[in-house]
Amino acid sequence: MRYVAATTAEEASALLAAETGLAKVLGGGTDILVQMRAGMVEPALLVDIKKIPGLREIKSEAGGFRIGAGVSGAELMRHSAFATTWPGALEGFNLIGSTQVQGRATMAGNLCNASPAGDAVPGLVAAGATVRIQGPKGQRDCPIEDVPVSPGKTSLAKGEFITSIFLPAKPARTGDAYLRFIPRTEMDIAVASAGVCLTFDASGTCTAARVALGAVAPTVIVAHDAAKTLIGTKVDAAALDALQAAATALARPISDKRGTADYRRETVGVLARRAAQIAKTRAGA
Amino acid sequence: MKSIHVSATVNGDAVEFICAPDESLLDVLRNRLGLTGAKEGCGTGDCGACSVTLDGRLVCSCLVLGAEAEGATVGTIEGIADGDTLHPLQQSFIDHAALQCGICTPGILVAAKSLLEKNPNPTDTEVRYWLAGNLCRCTGYDKIIYAVQDAAKKMRSA
Repeated sequence: MRYVAATTAEEASALLAAETGLAKVLGGGTDILVQMRAGMVEPALLVDIKKIPGLREIKSEAGGFRIGAGVSGAELMRHSAFATTWPGALEGFNLIGSTQVQGRATMAGNLCNASPAGDAVPGLVAAGATVRIQGPKGQRDCPIEDVPVSPGKTSLAKGEFITSIFLPAKPARTGDAYLRFIPRTEMDIAVASAGVCLTFDASGTCTAARVALGAVAPTVIVAHDAAKTLIGTKVDAAALDALQAAATALARPISDKRGTADYRRETVGVLARRAAQIAKTRAGA
Repeated sequence: MKSIHVSATVNGDAVEFICAPDESLLDVLRNRLGLTGAKEGCGTGDCGACSVTLDGRLVCSCLVLGAEAEGATVGTIEGIADGDTLHPLQQSFIDHAALQCGICTPGILVAAKSLLEKNPNPTDTEVRYWLAGNLCRCTGYDKIIYAVQDAAKKMRSA
């Protein structure tokens, strides 16, 4: 195996594109180095992207935040402006692993690991985040939800990698939240999860909603039909009942050692409901 | 596999080493630099026995490549004591018998030191959450929490 610490995004992309064997990106390493050790993957080339200028920075941009693909959970947690603006997007990411893992793990890595249960993803989807991708032909942006296509697989083409994640400016009276269920209090993989982002008008009526459901399908579900149940309402008990029922209906989970499909359907509805209540409170509505 | 030449700072000392591209920082510390305090428990980032600081950030050295340490500052258990004078955390772990077999202890001390640098007055819950990635199968954890809190108290009044 070769290890190269790329110094520009173009160099990293060219290296990944030119490699005839398996080429992998090294960000925080908390997935890839474990997979290599387990013999699950044997890369011919590992491209470390953390020395590329800007990839470990959090920048303000157009009222929102651009988070470099190499920014760790511990770094993002200490960025108070981000934490107070997008608490839901942050709390999902910060639920992953121990203090040590947070010292290295990245949002972009959790996204590209493409686990159906990745905790960083639903909150980003709910917040309407996008990714910037560097490829051999240049840069392109795409919505978060278009990156994972199936467990362990992404839509990134050969030579492409994520350089940053962008969270847009947060509209007034908007709040976001993320909840997951695990059978213990720390360091486990979500049985089901929900990210919700809600915007209200001055009268307290919900004008925009995004709901993302995790661990209940091969990829995160962008639950438009569940979000619609809240728009035009005050997100009162009746609206929350409708949201819960819609989230449960949209879930397409499997049964495995963490929970049965029925259990996940039930749980994801409850989580969507509770996350919506938190998002509403955070929006000040 | 082509070996990689790396320059880094470990416990304040400039070091140079040669490592394989897929060699972990833990293996470099133990096998090339003779710093055997960090232990390999799981090798997959679950147990925390290999905890070190990398540019001031607590990490599992089994989940860092030696090659990634180029230009970085690494802190290990060997750098915690001041010569023959134990760090307050080390003394506290002895005073409170916060260890039995000792395999997890270097990682827990490095992790606890990292916590107290950020938060000199943590609650018990904050200590438990911070150390949740450091597994100990001997003590049942209570004595570790007492030892960290007692050291924190002494360090605050020092």
